[in-house]
Amino acid sequence: MNHFYWQVRREIWENRSLYLAPIAACGVFMLGFPFALAKLIATIHNVGQHTSIAMPYDIFAGLQMAVMMMVGAFYCIDALYGERRDRSMLFWKSLPVSDLTSVLAKVAIPIAVLPVLTWLITIAAQLLMLLVSTVALAGNGSHVAMLWNDVSFFQRSLLLLYHLIMVHSLYLAPLYGWLLFVSAWVRRAPFVWATVPLLAIAFVERIAFGTTSFAALVGNRLAGNGMDAIVAHGTFPMDPHTHLTPIRFLTSPELVIGLLVCAIFVAAAMWMRRYRSAI
Amino acid sequence: MATIEARGLRKSFGSTVALDGFDLQVEEGRILGLIGPNGAGKTTALNAMLGLLQCEGDLRVLALDPWKERERLMQDVCFIADVAVLPRWIRVSQLLDYVAGVHPKFDRAKAEGFLAKTTIKRTSRVRELSKGMVTQLHLAIVMAIDARLLVLDEPTIGLDILFRKQFYDSLLNDYFDRSRTIVVSTHQVEEIEHVLTDVVFIDRGRKVFECSMDDIESRYAEVMVRPDSAAAARAMKPMQERQLLGRSAFLFDGVDRQQLAALGEVRTPSIADLFVAVMGAAR
Repeated sequence: MNHFYWQVRREIWENRSLYLAPIAACGVFMLGFPFALAKLIATIHNVGQHTSIAMPYDIFAGLQMAVMMMVGAFYCIDALYGERRDRSMLFWKSLPVSDLTSVLAKVAIPIAVLPVLTWLITIAAQLLMLLVSTVALAGNGSHVAMLWNDVSFFQRSLLLLYHLIMVHSLYLAPLYGWLLFVSAWVRRAPFVWATVPLLAIAFVERIAFGTTSFAALVGNRLAGNGMDAIVAHGTFPMDPHTHLTPIRFLTSPELVIGLLVCAIFVAAAMWMRRYRSAI
Repeated sequence: MATIEARGLRKSFGSTVALDGFDLQVEEGRILGLIGPNGAGKTTALNAMLGLLQCEGDLRVLALDPWKERERLMQDVCFIADVAVLPRWIRVSQLLDYVAGVHPKFDRAKAEGFLAKTTIKRTSRVRELSKGMVTQLHLAIVMAIDARLLVLDEPTIGLDILFRKQFYDSLLNDYFDRSRTIVVSTHQVEEIEHVLTDVVFIDRGRKVFECSMDDIESRYAEVMVRPDSAAAARAMKPMQERQLLGRSAFLFDGVDRQQLAALGEVRTPSIADLFVAVMGAAR
């Protein structure tokens, strides 16, 4: 456990983009926020515009999710390839840390560490946005109350965490597993190996059977189309009043099979790390 | 039980045979030089001992199977592959934190003590250090680990002579004692000659020569023979004959020194001389 803790710390030391990228995304979003705020002040008198009050917060959360998926993917592609390429694997392996611990720590980054970091950074920024908006609306108590009521910060934060864990770590786990496996496996061009086989399978399936089920399978994962399973059908996932259905999601075959696939890829990556030498 | 016991190690990469029945026995408290030409199988042999690759044959290091028990073995074994393996992104302070976190036998104060004698800053990243400094850093960490076996694979390759000398001096003065064992592979034979207690030559994946440094002195002799005595020298079956400044140098194995003194000036051959003679005979 102690080894695991130090492995995770070392991953964060090495991959500063894990927290710098979401912080940079905050910075970019803050460039646009004053305009959203100006619009809010101008339109808050019109009752019935409530949806637009919370809109910047949804857009911001969506931006952070996109950033997180990219950071997670790039992290995984390099995680086991980089240490072989720069030969630092010889140093890591000279210490009494098992391949099991090292690889599990690397899996934990996209599945657990990155969602939590992203969540903390996002809610901190959203709280800041709320406070700035409150100051801007100060002097009108009913407008401030309307803002806090519509954004409903605490529910929104918990919902975001729920969404990040359910969709961005558990549902996407097989893709992260695949990338880690490729990273442990290839001798060069991990990015090409990560993408081309998937495209090739989809292509061959299309030619041979005239179907697109593999492409749909991967596409649905990436697009988060499993969201139907985590909330009641037809409701927007970030809406604070949405109806959550965690049990249905956690027992759905899509999720269980996905986690199994992830476990197989991770086990293969562990095996590879043992056998593969520095490049 | 010996620190390292290897019998009949075999390993091939595709059609290339890296180890072809390699045997080795190293007792506790020895400093063994593993010497061989490029591609002889030195690194493969060391990697097998460190549990970095699987090979056929019997191999025990500190009574453990390195391939199956690498994690346990690494509590008692330290390893410097060459100067370039420390991760370039890491800070010196992070490296110390990390090793202190994962290695039960790491003495951080000791490592800090070694680093205090250098110009390495705690806040530097490895990529900002010179090659020599990276070696000093790695050595400071390794010397602060209370290990029983230290494996060095070309540890000073690419370093200038001052760093190379300092490296081996530190090892001998600040690290080595009779309860530790060191195995070092290198090309630069001359520099480690005075450090070693034993030497093994490896060629084409096999051990071709093995001797302790004490035995080299008593067994081997090189004689500078005057031209008129050359025929007499040849009759005594030298291992090797070579021309040197108009005279012939003969290398003898197990011939009485007093007998040789009649032929000319007798001296103990260097490891490099022996290496050339043994390899020349083997090929």
